[in-house]
Amino acid sequence: MSVSIEHFLVLAALIFAIGCAGVLLRRNVIVMLMSVELMLNAVNLTFVALARQSLSMTGQVIVFFVMTVAAAEVAVGLAIFLAIYSQRRTVNADELNLLRW
Amino acid sequence: MHPAPDTAAVLATSLLRWIPLLPLLGVACGIFAATTNRRKLVHVTGPGSVLLAFVVALVAVAQLWSLPAGGALVDNVYTWIDVAPFHVDLTFRVDALTSVMILVITGIGFLIHLYSLGYMHHDEDEARFFAYLNLFTASMLVLVLADSLPVVFIGWEGVGACSYLLIGFWYQDGANADAGRKAMIANRVGDAAFLIGMFILFWTLYDMGSPSLRFEDINRMAPQLGQVAPHIVTAVCLLLLFGATGKSAQLPLYIWLPDAMAGPTPVSALIHAATMVTAGVYMIARLSHLYVFSPTALTVVATIGAVTALFAATMALVQNDLKKILAYSTISQIGYMVLGVGVGAFSGGVFHLMTHACFKALLFLGAGSVMHAMSGELDIHKMGDLKRKLPITRATFLVGCLAIGGVPPFAAFFSKDMILEAAFASGHTILWFLGLFAAGLTAFYMFRAYFLTFEGESRVEPEKAHHLHESPLTMTIPLIVLAVLSTIAGWVGLPHGFLWGDEIGHYLAPVLAPHDALGHHEITTGTLLFLMVLTTGVALLGIYVAYAFYLKSPGTADRLAERFRGVYTVLWNKYWVDELYDALIIRPYGIVSMFFWKVVDSMLIDGVVNGVGIGVSKTSDVWRRLETGNVQHYAAAMLVGAVFTCGLYWLWS
Repeated sequence: MSVSIEHFLVLAALIFAIGCAGVLLRRNVIVMLMSVELMLNAVNLTFVALARQSLSMTGQVIVFFVMTVAAAEVAVGLAIFLAIYSQRRTVNADELNLLRW
Repeated sequence: MHPAPDTAAVLATSLLRWIPLLPLLGVACGIFAATTNRRKLVHVTGPGSVLLAFVVALVAVAQLWSLPAGGALVDNVYTWIDVAPFHVDLTFRVDALTSVMILVITGIGFLIHLYSLGYMHHDEDEARFFAYLNLFTASMLVLVLADSLPVVFIGWEGVGACSYLLIGFWYQDGANADAGRKAMIANRVGDAAFLIGMFILFWTLYDMGSPSLRFEDINRMAPQLGQVAPHIVTAVCLLLLFGATGKSAQLPLYIWLPDAMAGPTPVSALIHAATMVTAGVYMIARLSHLYVFSPTALTVVATIGAVTALFAATMALVQNDLKKILAYSTISQIGYMVLGVGVGAFSGGVFHLMTHACFKALLFLGAGSVMHAMSGELDIHKMGDLKRKLPITRATFLVGCLAIGGVPPFAAFFSKDMILEAAFASGHTILWFLGLFAAGLTAFYMFRAYFLTFEGESRVEPEKAHHLHESPLTMTIPLIVLAVLSTIAGWVGLPHGFLWGDEIGHYLAPVLAPHDALGHHEITTGTLLFLMVLTTGVALLGIYVAYAFYLKSPGTADRLAERFRGVYTVLWNKYWVDELYDALIIRPYGIVSMFFWKVVDSMLIDGVVNGVGIGVSKTSDVWRRLETGNVQHYAAAMLVGAVFTCGLYWLWS
């Protein structure tokens, strides 16, 4: 049995769903950040798979681009959480709700 | 026809701008003095700046006289408005008519400034007073020096503003401030008509290819205008006339002038007798070439003049306040001027303007001198026998009364006679008769005032009697000079065929529309003599009746008032005109304003505006609960949104 494009896509969809659930359900912002990474990588997987399928380089280039942005995003995100933690002694998303009505 | 104005000699000069500029410098000094409390300064700059302006005016008039008849001096200062096709230069121009006006304004103006030195000596706000008075002089000079209607309007509004400031000069008393406001509003009504008239005139001239409001151009275009658009000419003339009735206190807008007596007396003399109130007459004379093309408008002008002359004279009969009597007599005398220009005797109107400026300034300053001596008392029933204590005031006041009464050879005899003669010659017999009757009344009420004030028994209250005193020299010298002027000023305009004849008429002829434009009949010397004897007789009769009523057998007047109680009540209440305006205009206006305030503004407009605000606020009170501040809720919303959008896309394709 060979590995077909559907396998990649289903795996990517599963990873994306797990990431999505992590972002929506977990309260620890570090875990949420990691879940975002999961979602990004799921998308990366889709790109690579489809790029291979259509024999195009564009998808692979975008993957590198996404990885760069993700690295920067994590750096900024962690810096923010550190700052919040030093201020509020918590990184629980439920308690970080000042920006509201 | 006389030579067209634009072919006559015109001399360019930069002298004229100094005539209004000098009093304006006086204003600057006055403001400086008022704010830094240096009252001594205005004693020099106040009258001094006007004296210098008078000297410059004399030089200008001398230059004008060296030009051939019909010449003019022109001073183009700068371009004021240049919005094609509307072009207005700030240009000053002196021709025969303006030369008379600037000499009257600066000459009599200087005398009144001089008088004010004495009169206002005890006032705290002397510096402010002189600043206003100088500003008025400057504005009035701009009004008469202007060579186009828009520039006239600068002066027109300027004198109105100064009039307001000076009537309410003692604003600490609310009644004075109210009088100022009344003058301002009555004038504003007229000014609106003036502006509309000016706009219509410009529009029509623009359509005819001459977009200019310079008097020269208006006069040049007048014949064509009269031919092409006679109704427009009538409309423009009537609108400008309505403007003039505001400024010159004629029916129906005269109501502010009696109240304007709330201002200091020199102000009444300068603004509300000698100069500003004659601006309307000046304006009509200036536009005489236009007015002659609308016989309808001229008839209206003449009728308003004659009716005002009589109407105001009747109201003056029963007044007890010396200044009020003079105020009504001013309205009445300006009525004569308006009658004069209305029957085509433009030079007669201007002539009466000139003589009136002399004798009415004299009378007002005389009244001020009496008031000064009487510690502010103005009721003529509380005076009497002042001749012993105030000899100079009494002598000059008597000259003023003779002059205004029309007794030969004093000033108004000639000028009033010229107007009445023109009214008779033009066939307006009814208007002539009204004028004649008013002349008799004028002599009567002026001598009533004179006899009650200076002759007979003293009725002065004891505590005022002991400090009765003649006024200081700064006040009596102007009185004497004006008395001399009131005597001789009329001699420049003798009737045709007597000695040198009508000099002023010849002098003004190149500027004004000719008499015969209206188809006057020449009247014979016999008729002329008869008219002169008749007016003199009427005047003397008026004086005799006043003598009989108030000096020979005092009490006659009271008995007559008792007998004709109805007439007396009507006159005493000034025909209830103020009450009528109050009921017809002011109250309805107040009710309408109240409606717009309480209903339209407070309820409708505020309701809509506040309603929108409250609605948005209430709605957002509900919806803002969506903003929980929890990032996971937002992420969930994004997910739902994304799924929803994708779903839509999938369904749609």
